[in-house]
Amino acid sequence: MNDAIIQINSPLLTIERLSIAYEPGKYAVQDVNAGIKKNSITAIMGPSGCGKSTLLRAINRMHELYPNTEVVGKIFLDNENIFEISAIELRRKIGMVFQRPNPFPTMSIYDNVIAGYKLNGKKLKRSVKDEIVEKSLKEVALWEEVKDALFKRGTFLSGGQQQRLCVARALAYKPEIILMDEPTSALDPIATTKIEDLLVELKKDYTIILVTHNMSQAARISDYSMFMYLGELIEYGKTKNIFSNPVDKRTEAYLTGKFG
Amino acid sequence: MQVSISHKKLDLRRVLKDRIFYIGVIVLSGITVLPLILILYKLVREGISQINFDFFTRVAPNTLEAMVAVANNETIPGGIANGIVGTLLMVALASLMAVPVGVLTGVYLSENPESRFAGTVRTIADILQGVPSIVLGVIAYMWVVRHITNGYSALAGSTSLSIMMLPLIIRSTEETLKMIPETYKEAAFALGVPYHKVLFKVLIPSGLSGLLTGILLAVSRIIGETAPLMLTALGSSRINLNIAQPTSAVPLLIWEFYNDPNMVKLIWSSSLFLMGFVLFFNILAKRISKRWKI
Repeated sequence: MNDAIIQINSPLLTIERLSIAYEPGKYAVQDVNAGIKKNSITAIMGPSGCGKSTLLRAINRMHELYPNTEVVGKIFLDNENIFEISAIELRRKIGMVFQRPNPFPTMSIYDNVIAGYKLNGKKLKRSVKDEIVEKSLKEVALWEEVKDALFKRGTFLSGGQQQRLCVARALAYKPEIILMDEPTSALDPIATTKIEDLLVELKKDYTIILVTHNMSQAARISDYSMFMYLGELIEYGKTKNIFSNPVDKRTEAYLTGKFG
Repeated sequence: MQVSISHKKLDLRRVLKDRIFYIGVIVLSGITVLPLILILYKLVREGISQINFDFFTRVAPNTLEAMVAVANNETIPGGIANGIVGTLLMVALASLMAVPVGVLTGVYLSENPESRFAGTVRTIADILQGVPSIVLGVIAYMWVVRHITNGYSALAGSTSLSIMMLPLIIRSTEETLKMIPETYKEAAFALGVPYHKVLFKVLIPSGLSGLLTGILLAVSRIIGETAPLMLTALGSSRINLNIAQPTSAVPLLIWEFYNDPNMVKLIWSSSLFLMGFVLFFNILAKRISKRWKI
């Protein structure tokens, strides 16, 4: 076994020989094997165009929206191959936060939080809804800021608030895993700090996989880090080990700023 | 020194050219606006005297009534209620037929922009937009008047109008939905929402203002159509709500008034009414697209 790749004991999620191609024969992600530890933050870093987001989006099968994409390999969640269960069930277990804040423009803040239930046609009692909204907004530390404007459109919030609203929307459905695709890349430093603090707080209850092109972010908040380069998983280990003592030359070159 | 002088000359020329073009653009833009203003002015001047309560509530007068009124220099009695009701009935019916089909076709085109079938549909919609309205009238006559209602009818009229609306709604829906960022759809999919619910609960609501704008513009486009209605709805001297019966419409009334020298004044006021309707729908469409912009 490759000693640059750590073996995770009893992982929540296992990626096995995963390859993804947007065009036949051109692999954006190649033969990735990795386990993800429960209640941790795992950062996926690497230069742009190296397959970070592609890998992340395979975990909730977002690639299936684009019929030309080919995904080979297996991913196990709770010992179940995610490609064998329904994508809709899967996405309810694995939430996602995107690069740019994207609250639904036609919905109020309140409806955005419970959008998962609303859009899926799940009828809830008013009191249950209120509870979910309050709990989720408190989890993302947005409650105090918006509690008097719950029925206003979500799009009137600032970028950072919108992004926290999107995290709340993902949390409201009580997922096991939250995928985050560069969630702070469109935000200013203060909003970024707030989101980072939030993620550290959230890992008590959730498992977070975070794509970032910002290695200091990975160093600050993640427990485990993956380094990807040209579609391959080059190195995977505890964040403090990778940053202090990288095994692979390419990881070292990236971390010391020789490319990227 | 010499250099700077020639620069100044060039500058002057450039400023002059700029001025001339600027004035030219302003004048030409003014000319574009002029016809509408002149039309409105003329319609209001000639038509306003006939517009009163009766105009909206009573049916069109017969020749004799009009002749007596004109001879006595009075306002012509009666109104165009039969036309207004007929127009509203047929526009509503046409929208009922064209909106669901048009919107769903637009959704299909924006969701599958590359597919071959979508390309064919798009081309056909474009061609349909160019079909002369009288031809659509002939077609509706053949299909509906001859075979369904066995006589001139509102249904036949609205069929021809709905075919006119279709391409307008299809293209405006497609264009609107194409502008909606992919990320909203992805956000919904990531919450485990099935495709059809993403379409109906995220995509269409997000584009609602654009869809409404397209529908309103299509309505204002067909509301003044006359030619196809002559072959299908025919016209009626009374208020009719039965879709299987001949029905009047405001543009049909204008044509009838035109053929009667005693009713000239009613031509102006009916035209003013129609114009007001079209303006109202256009302004409404503009406001909706501004207000509900995402």
